[in-house]
Amino acid sequence: MENAKDAVLDYVRKEYLEDGDDRVVEYDTPLISGGIVDSFSMVSLKVFLETKYNIQIPDAKATPEAFDSVNNIVELLKGFGVN
Amino acid sequence: MFNFMHNMTSYEDTFKDFTWKSVEEELGYKPGDFINIGDYCTDRNCRLGRAEKKALIWQDHHGNVKNYTFDDLRVLTNSIAQYLKSLGVKSGDRVCLFMDKVPELYLGFLGILKLGAIAQPLYSAFGSESLFTRLDDAKTTAIITQKKHVPKIRTILKDMDYLKYVIVVDETDPTHSKDKEYIFNLDTCKRVESFDIFPSTAETPSVLHYTSGTTGKPKGAQHVHYSVISQYITTKYSLDVKEDDIYWCTADPGWVTGTSYGIIGPWANGITQCVLDSGFTADNWYSFIEKHKITIWYSAPTAIRALMKEGEETIKKHDMSSLRYLASIGEPLNAEAVLWSDKVFGMKFHDTFWQTETGSMVVSNYPCMKVKPGSMGKPFPGMEVGLVDIKTHKPFDKKGVVGIIAIKPGWPAMFRTYWNNKETYDKKFENGWYLCGDRASIDEDGYYWFVGRDDDVINTAGHLVGPFEIESALLEHPAVAESAAVGKPDPMNMEVVKAFVALKKGSEPSKMLELEIMNFIRKKLSPLAMPQEVEFVESLPKTRSGKIMRRVLKAKEWGQEIGDISTLENDM
Repeated sequence: MENAKDAVLDYVRKEYLEDGDDRVVEYDTPLISGGIVDSFSMVSLKVFLETKYNIQIPDAKATPEAFDSVNNIVELLKGFGVN
Repeated sequence: MFNFMHNMTSYEDTFKDFTWKSVEEELGYKPGDFINIGDYCTDRNCRLGRAEKKALIWQDHHGNVKNYTFDDLRVLTNSIAQYLKSLGVKSGDRVCLFMDKVPELYLGFLGILKLGAIAQPLYSAFGSESLFTRLDDAKTTAIITQKKHVPKIRTILKDMDYLKYVIVVDETDPTHSKDKEYIFNLDTCKRVESFDIFPSTAETPSVLHYTSGTTGKPKGAQHVHYSVISQYITTKYSLDVKEDDIYWCTADPGWVTGTSYGIIGPWANGITQCVLDSGFTADNWYSFIEKHKITIWYSAPTAIRALMKEGEETIKKHDMSSLRYLASIGEPLNAEAVLWSDKVFGMKFHDTFWQTETGSMVVSNYPCMKVKPGSMGKPFPGMEVGLVDIKTHKPFDKKGVVGIIAIKPGWPAMFRTYWNNKETYDKKFENGWYLCGDRASIDEDGYYWFVGRDDDVINTAGHLVGPFEIESALLEHPAVAESAAVGKPDPMNMEVVKAFVALKKGSEPSKMLELEIMNFIRKKLSPLAMPQEVEFVESLPKTRSGKIMRRVLKAKEWGQEIGDISTLENDM
């Protein structure tokens, strides 16, 4: 089964980069501060994580810092027992 | 050292004595003279002795910094104007700026104006459909962009034969360029010392900012070069800028705040301003203020509430002592945020109110005036502002009674028309007043208090989003039979988009479908227009004539009385 780190990275690349956008997104690429995912789009990323992993992420934990890279998101998911 | 005497020392005295003519005189302008925003923001500052003064301190999300003096601004805006002219762009042509907050956006804006063309800034997060709607309405001649946004343009280029030039500011490999694409590099371009600025006068069109309404497509509010008179003096009085200030307006020039107070106002005052081209995190923002010793900070309630959410510990890691004045624009600033800023920064955020059509501040709190937390403040001097009755649209003067904010036409920054849409423009005026579409009341002391929109337009994080545009896009999703988009209350953004969706036969509601619909709208229109919640319903409330009753859905979201539903066709 695909691990969370790769699943999140694949999703970000697929959903938040336009076809033809040649920016490189890796595990440690800044997503929020780097302007790839804005604060509104963060909501759809949160819904993706909640739906895929059947979890509820409280608003207090859904901060720009927690979503600022795939690595940060993976750390957040660990708190919900997702690896 | 700062002179701590505020630019406006008494609101009452200023209001009594104020004339627009006195502002013209202060700027050395006489009716009929040449007036060009590009000149006022660049060459004029050099003529006044500010050539070597820093005009722009720009920083990206990696922390890289670029500095530009007013002389750099003068020369490089000449370069851009010259380049556009050499391509064949003419005065009156619409030139779109579709970029993140890079230096080329700020300088490009002024270069376009020097050429006499009309600047059409658009929010770079717009999806291809939102972009097309606005370019098609304006029949835009050229678009200046970054290579990461080029794919969106390529998908719609074939439907825009009027768009002749796609100018990419960060492409380095000419073999990547396709049809109509040109490369312009600000760092390596020829520095043009002298350029014949277009001989614009007061009513020459300058800027086209698109804004959304309840019905129909977004409308292009067209402004003129004379607007600089308003933008100069409101920046001076409401934002209290002084010669030595370091100013930061956090707004994106894709929206009117980012041009009126992120370009024109500060630079017409000869002020050094900072730009941070980075997504929002509290630590980033505080670091930026600390690093550049920002003194005046003009931001938005959504951002302020996000900083509140982050807590005080993050602030304590930074030295915020350079700050001396804070102001806010967008949706109304709640009292809690004002009190919070007083506690953590030792000063209150001063709320301001205005909109795309007004071009400059209408109601504001001023440094010399007591702030009532949660209030919008008082009308700007020189502007006749009042309330009109919600139903009759006739002016009234009763304290504490809610009406629609209205302004007597005639202030310099007022929009002059909606592009190609004079009919809708004319409808904004009644009984000799321009109706803002926002409801408020006035208290015994003359302070305005925001109540809400007078229509179905959704104000999310200070940006107006039209429900019609969202509903039209939703219908293009294969699973959607009909839909309604309304604003639902949100503690961070004031309102966010909520979509009510009835599915076609064969489609079943699910969390995955909700996510698919959200992403569909995000990519097609913009992240702002993306529903943050999708509620699947069997059918939508409609009138007997078949019109969807959004107000019924909105009232339920806001826990309000539904009102008259005698025309309702179906049960909800």
